[in-house]
Amino acid sequence: MSTPELPAAHRRRITSTAAGIGVATGAYGLSFGAISVASGLDPVQTQTLSLLMFTGASQFALVGVLGAGGGAVAAVLTAWLLGTRNGLYALSIAPIMDVGGLRRLGAAQLTIDESTAMALAHPDPPAASRRAFWSTGIAVYVLWNIGTVVGALGAAAIDDPAALGLDAAIPAGFIALLWPRLVGRTMWAVALAGAVVALALTPWLRPGLPVLAAGLVAFTASWLVGRRS
Amino acid sequence: MIWAAVLAGSIGCYVAKLVGYLLPPSMLQREDIRRITGLLPVALLAALVAVQTFAEGQSLVIDARVAGLAAAVVALVLRAPFLVVVLVAAVTAALLRAAGWAT
Repeated sequence: MSTPELPAAHRRRITSTAAGIGVATGAYGLSFGAISVASGLDPVQTQTLSLLMFTGASQFALVGVLGAGGGAVAAVLTAWLLGTRNGLYALSIAPIMDVGGLRRLGAAQLTIDESTAMALAHPDPPAASRRAFWSTGIAVYVLWNIGTVVGALGAAAIDDPAALGLDAAIPAGFIALLWPRLVGRTMWAVALAGAVVALALTPWLRPGLPVLAAGLVAFTASWLVGRRS
Repeated sequence: MIWAAVLAGSIGCYVAKLVGYLLPPSMLQREDIRRITGLLPVALLAALVAVQTFAEGQSLVIDARVAGLAAAVVALVLRAPFLVVVLVAAVTAALLRAAGWAT
């Protein structure tokens, strides 16, 4: 992780940005911890997700589907599908990261939206990119987990989560994750179609399955866009 | 059952991350792979927003969550950070329930 070829000022700039991102995601970990417990997971299960799964959208989806009574299989599949994008992130930063062995296993766990965005935002020199990745990944990992502990224990102390509007916090969390991705007509169309398909199927399928069915919208849209171009 | 989901979900998500480091970088050139990994989160997250707002088991209902979602959208338009968006939604729903204006 030492990057001696990088000027100190440049290193400091990267580190302070990474710390800022870490603090912001820590606040977001707080809401994950609270929502997870409100969805019926205990604090240990909640913490295990933040330690092992460590990818926000998948974690929210898993607890959201479980909490809605969707069952383990649908919850896991939804989390996996949302997690596939991290594989694409890994693919795009692997040449810059240039890691093997144990460091590769560690880098994989830290490959998420924030660390990838920071690595790609500091392309030159590659040492800056690697430093941006590691510092952001570690800052987010630590603060996300601290946030989760506080949020989970806080929510565990509450008797009636609905009275505090915690059930309304769940869709708000999802739309906050969705919002930055709604760029351009295709994304809006896919989002609307996904929402409509899920709602239309809700009365007919077990909870959890309508969301998975919405995943088929993405595959259909991808095929349509591919055929057009 | 919850533990099985927690562990299976975690393992699968880790494997997805790791696979990216093991595949040849040329996979990145494949337009279809880039497209679907961009579109999947959008469709799934939108479906989750819809279901978590309107579904109660297998029935569709309109309750305080809708107002919470509307408040969240306003907060997002005003560029509020994540925690504020979530808090605004929760507080809106809680206040409407406390006032007896929504269930």
